[in-house]
Amino acid sequence: MLEVHDLTVRFGGITALDGVGFDVGRGEMVGLIGPNGAGKTTLFNCLTRRYDADSGTVSYEGRDLTSVAPHAIAELGIARTFQNLGLFPRMSVRDNVLVGAHHRGRGGFLTAGLRLPGVRREERALRADADAVLERLGLTGVSAHPATGLPFGTLKRVELARALIGRPRLLLLDEPVNGLNAAEVEEFAGMLGAIRSEYDLTVIVVEHHMGFVMGICERIVCLDFGRKIAEGPPGEVQRDPGVIEAYLGTAVSEGSERTIERSSRLMRPTKEGA
Amino acid sequence: MSETDSAQVKRAPAPPAAPRRPAPAGPLAGRWRWVAIALLLAAACYAPFQLVPFHVFQLTMVLVYAVALLGLNLLVGHAGQISLGHGAFFAVGAYTTAILLDHWDGMPYPVTLPLAAGVAFLLGLAFGVPAMRLRGLYLALVTLAMAIFLAPLLKRFEELTGGSMGLTLAKPAPPAWSGLAPDQWLYFLTLVVAVAAFLLAHSLLRSRVGRALHALRDNEIAAEVMGVRLSSYKTLAFAWSAMFAGAAGCVYTWVIGFVSPDSFTVNLSITMLAGLVVGGLGTLFGPLLGALFVMFVPSISQDINDAAPGVIFGLLIIAVMYVAPTGLAGLAERLIKKIPRKE
Repeated sequence: MLEVHDLTVRFGGITALDGVGFDVGRGEMVGLIGPNGAGKTTLFNCLTRRYDADSGTVSYEGRDLTSVAPHAIAELGIARTFQNLGLFPRMSVRDNVLVGAHHRGRGGFLTAGLRLPGVRREERALRADADAVLERLGLTGVSAHPATGLPFGTLKRVELARALIGRPRLLLLDEPVNGLNAAEVEEFAGMLGAIRSEYDLTVIVVEHHMGFVMGICERIVCLDFGRKIAEGPPGEVQRDPGVIEAYLGTAVSEGSERTIERSSRLMRPTKEGA
Repeated sequence: MSETDSAQVKRAPAPPAAPRRPAPAGPLAGRWRWVAIALLLAAACYAPFQLVPFHVFQLTMVLVYAVALLGLNLLVGHAGQISLGHGAFFAVGAYTTAILLDHWDGMPYPVTLPLAAGVAFLLGLAFGVPAMRLRGLYLALVTLAMAIFLAPLLKRFEELTGGSMGLTLAKPAPPAWSGLAPDQWLYFLTLVVAVAAFLLAHSLLRSRVGRALHALRDNEIAAEVMGVRLSSYKTLAFAWSAMFAGAAGCVYTWVIGFVSPDSFTVNLSITMLAGLVVGGLGTLFGPLLGALFVMFVPSISQDINDAAPGVIFGLLIIAVMYVAPTGLAGLAERLIKKIPRKE
């Protein structure tokens, strides 16, 4: 479904992505891990055309993604969530979700201003759809609330609802459980698994929470300093010496998930110094 | 004045949907809003029969400015783009109408409304394409430049625009069947245009287009990922905002019967923006409250002292930003929100 080949992105002197390549098959759930600054979000930004790649190709359903306009990505069936929330704070939760269906509508300034029958029909259908998605994610109670000032976990679900209403085939989740407590992480993992089969989704997840990624993904791609250093099933990648080194700085015996997670932040400067 | 005050009181019960109780509050709030609008409309229809012609004229001008501010609100309040040149499009609408009526005898004046709005729209589109590539202060400067160069430009083409002398025209006369006085007829013409403009803007904003504008105002990057084509939405918002200003300018010419470059200085643009901010950016009633500001604050403050308007403008804006960052309309909503909670 998605083929990334030899993707390179540079910002001035910094190479954020360096010849990264991997494939994602239809229906797969792939985890993208790596220490902070490894290039995970940059990769997402390339896939959603926020950044231009300096070289390499991205092919999505046989189509070259690098020549697609940024606003046309949603129409191709690619949706994403953002690392630190990309919601519209002055709009209601429901309207936020409805923006996710933007590419499904056709109403323009004139037809909407005149409330032509076609626009009204379309609007009714989209609103019904939005209410269904809100209901599915347990957000009906907050649908009229502005998309700000709600618990972080709720806002994360709003973002997911907004992505889902666009009827994506490929869903990119950027740190979906970041900032959630253990119970919420578990709940989110369960919901994501169910939604994935309900909506027939292919998913790529960027996440630092190792328990979550390893538990839910079939395959893991690990980046470090813009390079792919490992790829494979969770168990294999967890034992990969390169991955352990990237996270811990030196090759030590297998740490617990918690240690790996914490040291990804703690050990970084040591490694750069070495 | 007294009538406008009572109109304001009646306008007050426009409650927003109370958060966290969407199911019962939503439809109720919607119904109350429509009751408020119906009361306001009834008051608006009743007012001209109770007021002296000068006050009817003042009310008419409030409606004219409300139409213009509706356009400005679309751009600034809803799409989050700044414009200091809204007065220029207002002037374009006014002059288009004046020139049409002046150069073609027997031109029926209702025809000038779509023409003036259309010219302003096309000009807005032409300026919108380059202007919307700019952000924030840069956009403010470009639109300000537009407002500045318009007056000298109007003086230049004397045979068309009448130069600094301007153009004087006959005002639309009331048809015999209506039985209305001229000022009342003009008032109702303006009211019809204003109501139509409000409905147009309201249904636009409640649609997919309105959500796309709000989305790009709140978070451009996320909006684009959702499929909102930023450049075309910004440009069209600019053009539509210009169109409302052009329509307002057209009605202005009908009502005043005179246009001159000095009526459309930079001050007009700035007053409009200030009025909208005080009235409430991005709110339903903001343009109407802002129009009251544009109509009355400059003349009232002029009575105090010739130099007072600038000072009073500045102080009012600062006061509003402190007391009610969402403008008078936002302040009213906040106050109303407190009422049902006491029950």
